[in-house]
Amino acid sequence: MTDMPAPSEKKLGLVIDLDICVGCQACVVNCKEWNTAGYGAPLSDVNAYGDNPSGSWLNRVHTFEAGKGAEARVVHFPKSCLHCEDAPCVPVCPTGASYKRAEDGIVLVNEDWCIGCGLCAWSCPYGAREMDPAEGVMKKCTLCVDRIYNDTLDEEDQIPACVRTCPTSARHFGDLGDPNSDVSKLVAERGGFDLMPEQNTKPVNKYLPPRPRRQAADDDTSVDLVALAKTDEPSGFWSWLDKTLDRL
Amino acid sequence: MRPAFSLIVFTTLSGLGFGLAAILGLGLIMAPTPQWWVIYNGVALALIGAGVLSSTLHLGHPERAWRAMTQWRSSWLSREGVLAALTTIILLGFAAEGYAEGHGNLKIGIAVALLSLATIWSTAMIYASLKTVARWHHPLTPFVFVGYAISGGLVLAAALDALANGGISLLAQPALMGLISTAIVTMIWTKQAGAEGSGSTPESATGLGNLGEVRMLMPPHSEENWLQHEMGFVVARKHAAKLRLFSVTLAIILPAVMVYSAAASSAMLVLAAITHVIGVMVSRWLFFAEAKHTVMLYYGARH
Repeated sequence: MTDMPAPSEKKLGLVIDLDICVGCQACVVNCKEWNTAGYGAPLSDVNAYGDNPSGSWLNRVHTFEAGKGAEARVVHFPKSCLHCEDAPCVPVCPTGASYKRAEDGIVLVNEDWCIGCGLCAWSCPYGAREMDPAEGVMKKCTLCVDRIYNDTLDEEDQIPACVRTCPTSARHFGDLGDPNSDVSKLVAERGGFDLMPEQNTKPVNKYLPPRPRRQAADDDTSVDLVALAKTDEPSGFWSWLDKTLDRL
Repeated sequence: MRPAFSLIVFTTLSGLGFGLAAILGLGLIMAPTPQWWVIYNGVALALIGAGVLSSTLHLGHPERAWRAMTQWRSSWLSREGVLAALTTIILLGFAAEGYAEGHGNLKIGIAVALLSLATIWSTAMIYASLKTVARWHHPLTPFVFVGYAISGGLVLAAALDALANGGISLLAQPALMGLISTAIVTMIWTKQAGAEGSGSTPESATGLGNLGEVRMLMPPHSEENWLQHEMGFVVARKHAAKLRLFSVTLAIILPAVMVYSAAASSAMLVLAAITHVIGVMVSRWLFFAEAKHTVMLYYGARH
């Protein structure tokens, strides 16, 4: 049944730091690389080398500009499934293919049952689900369920592919149901927030806001970088050489 | 939202088929011969069948469609599947039972009518239950679907009645009233539904509102992706006013005039049913094309 399980004590999810994401897309690529060979059907591409390439991806990095003028900030914004507590994509599924795990809160699709109706993708406010163009089944972030419980991997690899690969450590993985976990502490410390809280989906994944700008330097303390870069006029031998060469 | 042809055909034809089934169930038209009884029920079943068949074309795995019957406890789509199947089976029984006399058992007929209404209602609720699409998430959405199904069913029943019994159908008057009520409900729905937006903005979608207005600087990929293709349909929204006029003219005004005209011959009533179906399809096209999904807030939309 696609009835929602009682809220799990363990809520595995991601914390994404918008302050330090540089938009390198490494998480996007590593996600596709791992998941095209892992859980379920491969993540197919259509016309990959043609004019209008497309394909299914479980994680995408958007780039936004917030604010105006000198105060404007560019924010790179990775987005994948938020593994919502009240995931709207689960109860709408007519087949029971879309489900939320009672033990750790991960939202998954049983691809053998999925009829590819697309209703779960319509019900998700975030665009976390994409229909696979070749398989005709719904694909979504599995939180790398085939890595995080995989004892055959080295311990440092038993985290989602996107977290493992992030070169700036902008992505963190952990149990957001445990207030004493590292990720929960990070959220508390940095004021982590939900996306579209008004949709009442109660996302497990949290986002950390860009840190406030440092105080704008006033005139007295500002450093003139142009002046620093200016070298002294040559003197002595070098001055003679400079002038001689000029004359030649 | 992308107006998928399969879904336009599905909602229009199955709605009309169940609308006609409800009218047959209530015994509002009499068949002069058993052959006409078969035709009456056959038309309803054919429309339902064509609609359901079309809906399976929308699926990535139509061969697994039976699985959609299992989650009726939580999913409106599943409820729709269960109710459509149940109604069709009971309608078959109703049609078979009434074959000899040319009219069915009223008790079974009332069950057919109620189940037909419930099926149309759940088709509409698939859309109306989605909070992500403000245009659909409106209390009047199911009434619009039921309105079109019942008034269309009445026009079609009037046409069949006139064909079978010769001359004027007593259903012309109720059909006219159905069309007018549907027009009123649709007008209110068109004006109100989604007018206040989804409540979400690019600022709430990104959580960056405290920095100021949020604008998309770069999309995540160079080309359009499935989400944009499926939920970012904007083509021909600029023709919405014209298409709405077409739809109202074809679905409501022309059939109403034809049904009402004293000279409403059977041919005229058949024509009324045909223009009505085309008009409903245009209105369904608009139903999808004008609907905006919150995911597009991540792709530069502001609504």
